[in-house]
Amino acid sequence: MPRSPLPTLIAERRGPNLWDLAAAIVVFAVLVGMARVAEGTFLPIAAPHALAISLDPANLPAYAARTTLRMFAAMAASLLFTFTYATAAAKSRRAALVLIPLLDILQSVPILGFLTFTVVFFINLFPGQVMGLELASVFAIFTSQAWNMAFSLYQSLRTLPADLEEAAISFRLTPWQRFWRLEVPFAVPGLVWNTMMSMSGGWFFVVASEAVTVGNHSWTLPGIGSYVALALQKRDLPAVGWAILAMLIVILLYDQLLFRPLVAWSERFRFETTAAAEAEDPWLLRLIRRTAVLREMGAALRLAVNGLTGLRLALPLRPARAELPPSRAVDRALLALLLVALAFGAARIVQFLSGSITLGQVGQVLVLGLFTLARVVVLILLASLIWVPVGVAIGLRPNWARHVQPWVQFLAAFPANLLFPPVVLLIVRFRLDPDIWLSPLMILGTQWYILFNVIAGAAAFPGDLREAASSFGLRGRLWWLRVMLPGILPYYVTGAITASGGAWNAAIVAELASWGSTTLTARGLGAYIAEATAAGNMAQVVLGVAVMSGFVVLFNRLLWRPLYEFAARRMTL
Amino acid sequence: MAEITDAPLLEVRGCRQAYHKDSAADLLVLDDVALSLRQGEMVALLGRSGSGKSTLLRIIAGLLRPTAGEVLWHGTALTGPPEGVAMVFQSFALFPWLTVQANVELGLEARGIPRAERTSRALAAIDLIGLDGFENAYPKELSGGMRQRVGLARALVVHPDLLLMDEPFSALDVLTAETLRTDLIDLWVEGRLPVKSVLMVTHNIEEAVLMCDRILVFSANPGRVAHELAVPLAHPRNRQDPAFRQLVEDIYALMTRRPAPAAPAAPGPAQPAAVVPLHRVGTNGMAGLMEALAGPPYNGRADLPALAATLQLELDDLFPLGETLQMLGFAELAEGDILLTDAGRRFAGADTDARKALFAAALRAHVPLVATIRQVLDERWNHRASAVRFRDELEDHMSPEYAEDTLRVAIAWGRYAELYGYDEEAEQFFLEEAA
Repeated sequence: MPRSPLPTLIAERRGPNLWDLAAAIVVFAVLVGMARVAEGTFLPIAAPHALAISLDPANLPAYAARTTLRMFAAMAASLLFTFTYATAAAKSRRAALVLIPLLDILQSVPILGFLTFTVVFFINLFPGQVMGLELASVFAIFTSQAWNMAFSLYQSLRTLPADLEEAAISFRLTPWQRFWRLEVPFAVPGLVWNTMMSMSGGWFFVVASEAVTVGNHSWTLPGIGSYVALALQKRDLPAVGWAILAMLIVILLYDQLLFRPLVAWSERFRFETTAAAEAEDPWLLRLIRRTAVLREMGAALRLAVNGLTGLRLALPLRPARAELPPSRAVDRALLALLLVALAFGAARIVQFLSGSITLGQVGQVLVLGLFTLARVVVLILLASLIWVPVGVAIGLRPNWARHVQPWVQFLAAFPANLLFPPVVLLIVRFRLDPDIWLSPLMILGTQWYILFNVIAGAAAFPGDLREAASSFGLRGRLWWLRVMLPGILPYYVTGAITASGGAWNAAIVAELASWGSTTLTARGLGAYIAEATAAGNMAQVVLGVAVMSGFVVLFNRLLWRPLYEFAARRMTL
Repeated sequence: MAEITDAPLLEVRGCRQAYHKDSAADLLVLDDVALSLRQGEMVALLGRSGSGKSTLLRIIAGLLRPTAGEVLWHGTALTGPPEGVAMVFQSFALFPWLTVQANVELGLEARGIPRAERTSRALAAIDLIGLDGFENAYPKELSGGMRQRVGLARALVVHPDLLLMDEPFSALDVLTAETLRTDLIDLWVEGRLPVKSVLMVTHNIEEAVLMCDRILVFSANPGRVAHELAVPLAHPRNRQDPAFRQLVEDIYALMTRRPAPAAPAAPGPAQPAAVVPLHRVGTNGMAGLMEALAGPPYNGRADLPALAATLQLELDDLFPLGETLQMLGFAELAEGDILLTDAGRRFAGADTDARKALFAAALRAHVPLVATIRQVLDERWNHRASAVRFRDELEDHMSPEYAEDTLRVAIAWGRYAELYGYDEEAEQFFLEEAA
């Protein structure tokens, strides 16, 4: 059973500070730049024949394959990004000063809001070609995956065990050898886990990024997401059902063929000196290990990898650590350069927004943000009320936990936006209030992270403490308050952080839903962004996304981080 | 055993290691350390934890560059980890994702030795150190003793001129450690160890006398080589041999001898007393030792080696305890003995409340940090004070880790003596009566 990972975004104690502001300016200046390009070269593109979608279920396997390929292309890009960005940040103090706050802001930006003009941007890079759309979709998935992976690698590289580092240096491993023999293996468990979490989140984005409408233009890329979009337009409920089935099968395959073997394999790299009770190997890994042909192939591969990573790429050996103070002059020069760039970026943002946005509008958007905030808070509370007791009940029974946990992981990976149509249909049928009943969609996909982590926490609860509690006759309210809730708090917070982050992002899709020509709107920031997108109003999109990012960052820094630190300090043994 | 020659393999000259701090003067970890190592000898660096002996070992290994002074390896100055030096770590430092064999091959791989030769040399080292059959095991499948054998094989396989060992047996249980020691000594005496010299860091006096030809006794604050002794005993050595016992006694005496200008300065917070790190010693341990000393057979005076053996205390446990009692005026250390003072006898005979009162008085008289904290609390209108200011003051005199440890100790002692309370959440000291 994989251990619940620490959320990398809160692993360092930092309040909101100037670096965050600077990072926010950089991120939004770049996005504004992209929006300008998108807006300026807004050319009607005749939809190529290749983009036609058919609702015939027979086409679904092909669509599913294309959707999956996009996923893996994005994963490859994310890994490339992770290994360059995180390594640079970990190896250079100066780079880290810029790269880490940037990463922190990037992972708080609800990228779904920018989907539209990243699409237009990429289409204009490759005018009239499907390539542009494909790249836009891959980019959207990439933005949902890369940040936490990079954070994970960065954290690992910064927390290498000192004795292993000394051993590597004293046996004169070259930097290349050290990277592959020490640093990467040490990072593998965290990285694999975060990659898997990213993949799970990515399905949501791949579905959302395949059908995009900006102003009067719509683009669709053949895939499950565009199939569902068309089915919604045509009010074809059976087609929605087929799409859900296809997605279930895809996720099941990905789970069994990739997720489980990889996680089990990565256990080998866990930095523990004691042998832990190991879960049974997944069937695919057993198959590989026991089938002679596959094993031979694996051995050959290992030999090649070992040869490559063991090369003594003859860079000069790093001299012994010298306690030299870093050069102040270089620091100052870099800082000055950075400030100039920031001023320029800030000016561009103001210039872009000032033409079309009034202060009144900003206030209005802030109020909308409060509406969405209220939804997120209420939903997290409700989900906690339901899933904490369920999770504890399951986690305290190791037999149940073993069987349930894979299914919860599976549910977390399923793109919840595919489940929106049936819910929307119900709201339309029974004339329910969309302000209230659209809200649950926001947490449909991410509530599983709460359940998942609570199960892990309850399963890890020390047996002697449970025995002590029962021998002292603790039960009922006292048992929850004094025994179980404090025990699972660190795990619960981890899950709730993931769930609330996902809920913010999902608001953009969930607060504005449609069924055929009927459109349901819930008052909130998500709907504002979605409407601005549909209207092609870039300034409003930027404003909406910026405000949402602000809410997410503040929510993380003022609530989740302190709570997590409290839990880590007081509730761990 | 390799023949001892006069050409020095390694020379350390005027080595100084300072901990750099912006505000205060540099804090010295090592001061003017000089030593030389010849071929064919096994030398111990004997000292207590925190005396800087591990820092010196890392400087010799080229992992750390000294603030001043130089290390000559085969006559040339050291700039990085030299070829021909291999290290064995206290924590083993095995790569958990590599098998035993891959761990052993690591140093050879770094030198670009071809695969076939790597394999044969690794198997030879594994065979030499008694690890046959474990080639494909992962470190976590092994016991502590087997793990350290891997650490030894990994260092020996590169046939180093100098083998450095950083407390190699201190993480092992007594029996396992003894087996490894004798196995290593046997190989060394038979000349089967593919090394020319060995330098080991240890805090275990008997271990040093058992294994080494020469012992460098390290003193702390700042670390320097205080004494140098030759061990003229032939291998195999017998711990019960009177000559062996005498040597151990002598070293205990050397290590408990007070520095010449011993200055338990007139107590009183008015005078800016030297701020020294406090040992992480619990009040229960102190009480236990005083009770043991007060009762038979010691009746107030004990021989440290014998006491260590009876109480099953390592040097690293016993010395901090003894020195803390000495600082508090409960005991005296001299010539390898520990004597209970009158205050110590009173403490041993008292009940809980009386003990707390005695302890509180001793703290206020002899530990300026505790006295200052209490004084500040008495003066404040709300009887609360932030721990941060005390930590900052401590950091002017010692490294942040020592400052943190010292503050922790002051908190624990003050709580026991009921001089003040401590609020962990707010990081504040407060007076119990006022709360």
